[in-house]
Amino acid sequence: MINFFSVIGRYFLFVKKVFSYPEKLSTYYKRTIDEFIYLGLKSIGIVAVISAFIGAVITIQTAYNLENPMLPTYLIGLATRDSLILEFSSTIVALILAGKVGSSIASEIGTMRVTEQIDALDIMGVNSAGFLVLPKIIAMVLFNPFLAVLSMVIGISGGLAVAFITDIISVGDYLTGLQFAFNQFYVTYSLIKTLFFGFVIASVPAFYGYYVRGGSLEVGKASTRAVVNSTVIILLLNLILTKLFLS
Amino acid sequence: MIEVKGVSKSFGSNNVLKNISAVFEQGKTNLIIGQSGSGKTVLLKTIVGLFETDEGTIHYDGINFTSLSQKKRRELRKDIGMLFQGSALFDWATVEENVRYPLDMFTNMSSVEKQKRVDFCLDRVNIVDSNRLYPAEISGGMQKRVAIARAIAMEPRYLFCDEPNSGLDPKTAIVIDNLIREITHELDITTIINTHDMNTVTENGDNILFIYKGEKWWEGDKVKIFNTNNRELNDFVFAANVYKNYRKERQ
Repeated sequence: MINFFSVIGRYFLFVKKVFSYPEKLSTYYKRTIDEFIYLGLKSIGIVAVISAFIGAVITIQTAYNLENPMLPTYLIGLATRDSLILEFSSTIVALILAGKVGSSIASEIGTMRVTEQIDALDIMGVNSAGFLVLPKIIAMVLFNPFLAVLSMVIGISGGLAVAFITDIISVGDYLTGLQFAFNQFYVTYSLIKTLFFGFVIASVPAFYGYYVRGGSLEVGKASTRAVVNSTVIILLLNLILTKLFLS
Repeated sequence: MIEVKGVSKSFGSNNVLKNISAVFEQGKTNLIIGQSGSGKTVLLKTIVGLFETDEGTIHYDGINFTSLSQKKRRELRKDIGMLFQGSALFDWATVEENVRYPLDMFTNMSSVEKQKRVDFCLDRVNIVDSNRLYPAEISGGMQKRVAIARAIAMEPRYLFCDEPNSGLDPKTAIVIDNLIREITHELDITTIINTHDMNTVTENGDNILFIYKGEKWWEGDKVKIFNTNNRELNDFVFAANVYKNYRKERQ
């Protein structure tokens, strides 16, 4: 238990260090652009593929479970829309990114630690935590909402493709369902969640990478710990934010 | 000049450094030698502030480094250059960007001035036509030389080298030794080299500190080291056959 609180304390001290005194903003700017490309743009592919398939599957499964003739078929479109907007595009995509981006961040920073590159930055008088981690946090926090919106659009399109290709639901009913009882706040709620998740996806793995001691074996272990703990924190945050916003 | 006064450092129950005091003079290549695990690297990293001392103080030209705030330490660190055992070049940057990095971070030089300084430093360590290559694309010896170029980019007053010859062939090791010695004398800086390489001792041992099991065991220079009766030091120095023969000849 003491170790648990010790880790939490160290994490918050680490975050404080990350946000303290950038030496020269121009050098951070270039790295932030690089991180946007590496962490954000290069995640579009996997987010798009998974969203398209999940959108299609949700549509088919909802249709399969909606056998009661009293229920209108356009509810399939509504269920697909709300499942994607409320949960999949924010939370599930964040969990996927925690695996893809999180392990990459933990390994990158962990390797820099064991090869003394972080020591080299410290010796020069650079705030190594800020220089290495702040651009990643900025990139993830700003790009994650964009990935969520992209996931919503592609996921809904995946459902539409099912309507086009199969006779499970007509395109007209699907589109009616998409527009039925639409609550804009659901999108806002989802995007707010992505800001928090983006922060967790970048900062938690960076923390585990930054404090690695040892060699390549420890870097691998830190990477695993980072993904597992990021996942748990995202799920916990999801619960808290959902209670706050939707209760 | 760097002065270490009564420095001790422990990790848990392991007392790595025990009450070490020493003076490292300006314009000289000061060596810390000892067997693997004797505490050399911990001493070097404690001097530069990567580890905090448990007891004792470290003084840079009279300034008590151990009592400085983090902000003032960062200021002082702009006068420090360090060559790491594994070079520690930034993977994400080219050779040129590695050397230019401290200039980008801490100076207001124009691009032209920075380029001139980078070219000068790379030329000083005999790196040519490799500016656009990444560290993974150059040899270990070249990486060390680029690391030296990066270390001297800010014209430091203190240069630290952690096992500069490790992993290098004997010929390249001599090139690195010569380079460090020449730079120390040219810039009149305080250089501390952490090594267990006897060639470095004979070439660069202006002032030598022998660490044994975390304690300061002997202090002298490259001449005195071959004429001492200190048993532990003799075991270390004359471990290689070539030096055993040398001792027999001397006797």
